[in-house]
Amino acid sequence: MDVALGQTSPSRNASGRLAIEARGLVKRFDGTLAVDGVDLTVQVGAIYGILGPNGAGKTTTLRMMLGIIDPDEGVRRVLGHDRPSEIARLIGYLPEERGLYPSMKAYEAIAFMGALRGMPLKEGRERGRKLLEEYGLPVERQIRQMSKGMAQQVQLLGTLVHDPQLVVLDEPFSGLDAINQGKLERLIRGLADKGTTVIFSTHVIAHAERLCDEVAIIAGGKVPYAGSVDAARDRIPAQVRLETASKDGPWRAALPPGSKAEGNFWNFALPESGIEPLLRALIEGEAGILSLSIERAGLHDAFVAIAGEAAARALAEEKPLEARR
Amino acid sequence: MNEQTPKSRLSLLRAALVIARRDFAAILFSRVFFFFLLGPLFPIIVGALAGGIGSSLDSSAGEPEIAVAMTASDEARLFEAHKALRAELGPGMPLIRQVAELQEGEEFDAPALLDRREGNIAAVLSGTLERPVLTAPESRLGMFRGSVALLTATALGKSPEAFPPVATQVVATSGASDKRGRLATAQAGQTLLFLLIMLLAGMVLSNLVEEKANKIIEILAAAIPMDAVFMGKLFAMLGVSLVGLALWGTVIGGLVTLSDMQGPVAGFVDFSKLPEPGVGWPLFFVLGVVYFSMGYLLLGSIFLAIGSLATTVREVQTMSMPVTMSQVLLFFFASYAMAKPGEPVELLAIAFPLSSPFAMLARAALSESVFPHVVAVAWQALWVFIAVRLGARLFRKRVMKSGPQPVKAKRGLFRKGSARPA
Repeated sequence: MDVALGQTSPSRNASGRLAIEARGLVKRFDGTLAVDGVDLTVQVGAIYGILGPNGAGKTTTLRMMLGIIDPDEGVRRVLGHDRPSEIARLIGYLPEERGLYPSMKAYEAIAFMGALRGMPLKEGRERGRKLLEEYGLPVERQIRQMSKGMAQQVQLLGTLVHDPQLVVLDEPFSGLDAINQGKLERLIRGLADKGTTVIFSTHVIAHAERLCDEVAIIAGGKVPYAGSVDAARDRIPAQVRLETASKDGPWRAALPPGSKAEGNFWNFALPESGIEPLLRALIEGEAGILSLSIERAGLHDAFVAIAGEAAARALAEEKPLEARR
Repeated sequence: MNEQTPKSRLSLLRAALVIARRDFAAILFSRVFFFFLLGPLFPIIVGALAGGIGSSLDSSAGEPEIAVAMTASDEARLFEAHKALRAELGPGMPLIRQVAELQEGEEFDAPALLDRREGNIAAVLSGTLERPVLTAPESRLGMFRGSVALLTATALGKSPEAFPPVATQVVATSGASDKRGRLATAQAGQTLLFLLIMLLAGMVLSNLVEEKANKIIEILAAAIPMDAVFMGKLFAMLGVSLVGLALWGTVIGGLVTLSDMQGPVAGFVDFSKLPEPGVGWPLFFVLGVVYFSMGYLLLGSIFLAIGSLATTVREVQTMSMPVTMSQVLLFFFASYAMAKPGEPVELLAIAFPLSSPFAMLARAALSESVFPHVVAVAWQALWVFIAVRLGARLFRKRVMKSGPQPVKAKRGLFRKGSARPA
């Protein structure tokens, strides 16, 4: 297991209670290992991102956590319950593959999704109308007459109509334009502010970086990292960009190994000893510092590095196996 | 770990009701229902057309004629006598046709005429009225001998001058016609049952495939038990079909009432003369609905399970073909068993779940006893339960897969490959 459960950081609504706790989840399909020992902990009220490349096992992990499919190994507790399918009323789920009945009107589709979670149809229709008006969507229009993005928003509202305690969104931003992506981000923040736990999967890191308290990175069915966004970013050293008046001189010996030159600019990772010793050496060596910026690594860089390492490890594990065959 | 949240999910029945309500409304107000209503009309129309064409062919080409080759005077008397007899006996007196006018003492080659196979000539009458000669294949001789004797006798003036009026008394049925009528009712009932079940099972399968195409299945699976999705879909379609049957029942009931009051409806069908089934019409209808429901639920479950395995319409068609063909064979089996009441073959047809509804409906038409139906319905209900549970389990297991499917391992001469993780 690659993940250290202790890495999780307090979330915005940290209550100490866990919305989800999964340990050692394994799922095979006809001998294919889709998920290989996933551990996850999500605190109540947190916004939690599951990041990973396509085919990494994100959807299978979410489906196991929701009880749509059972894991072959491992245990999970959702809202304190061992069998998540038995607390379906408390969960809202937007699957990756969007689907609505094309002949249904928008408010009926929302009411139907509410009815599936135990909401009376009449109440569902009323709330459906209200939600659609609130989000500026047509109430009476049939789904088949809507654009893909509109239908997706209707489905999202259907996911939320019954006021779930836990909202699970599988790739919720895909298929939405920039404006609607912004709307969705605000919606997710609003849910978390009300104390709803939100988990979403994505392979667009920027959304997770803006929204999430914590993330899990899934690659090759494993979780090489789970924890706070800050901790993930801290795994990659900050990048220094230095501009000097002099192109050469004894000061160059002070630059860390692996520094890359671009004209008068130098790019290198921030040394473990910090920036002060380096600055002192540059000044003493008369480098003529014109500008200096230190950029903290983004979640994207962290993701690429962590997922890349995981892929390399997986490849290394496979090679000896192949050699043995 | 945290304190446990109380269970919070729709019960199986309530969840099934949510699905059934949606499907019921969606199908009832769609073109599918219209086609379902029209469905039973097609075999009736085809049957009526085929019957009409058949009877028309039969009437135009079927009535055999006796060729007449005699002297002119004999022929004149013969045809006059035929006219009178035909008026009295109708089709009982075969048609005659003049083919030659012979001179006194002239011979006619009757075998040569028959050998030429002209028109509908089945026999040749030659010779004289006193000594008629009938030439025909052996099978026809017996049929025509009496008629020819009567005809020539009448032509010679030896027959009764007048036919005494025959009083007639109509009876509803005889033992033989009662049995034949019930068999016809059983056969009609079985055929209708088969057509409706096949139509409906196909519809429920299309419904499921459409659901998969619409990608709604995962939303359903996340919220409610898969058994409920199955039951909801099955019972929604059943509900739709019962509405259809009620509509048809109302139409037929109206026609029966009309028939009772005014005789044959539109000069076509006299419902009052339909042979009554063994258990009586009211119970026969009730049992018809029950067996239809059981048969549909069984086949529908199998079709739904198949639907869960398939991902495309083409796959569904390929996979459902063997089931459809098997069902056709079972229908024929049940039809065959109907003619062997009480024999092992009938008991086998009753015991086998998929043929049981057909066999029992036939029994309802043929036999008066009611108790076997109670046992059969319980037996079929048990199988419906098993089929729904197994189908739902298979569906749950197969439908929610993610990621690429491994390449099937080759057997035999080829080495088994390994599957890569998704």
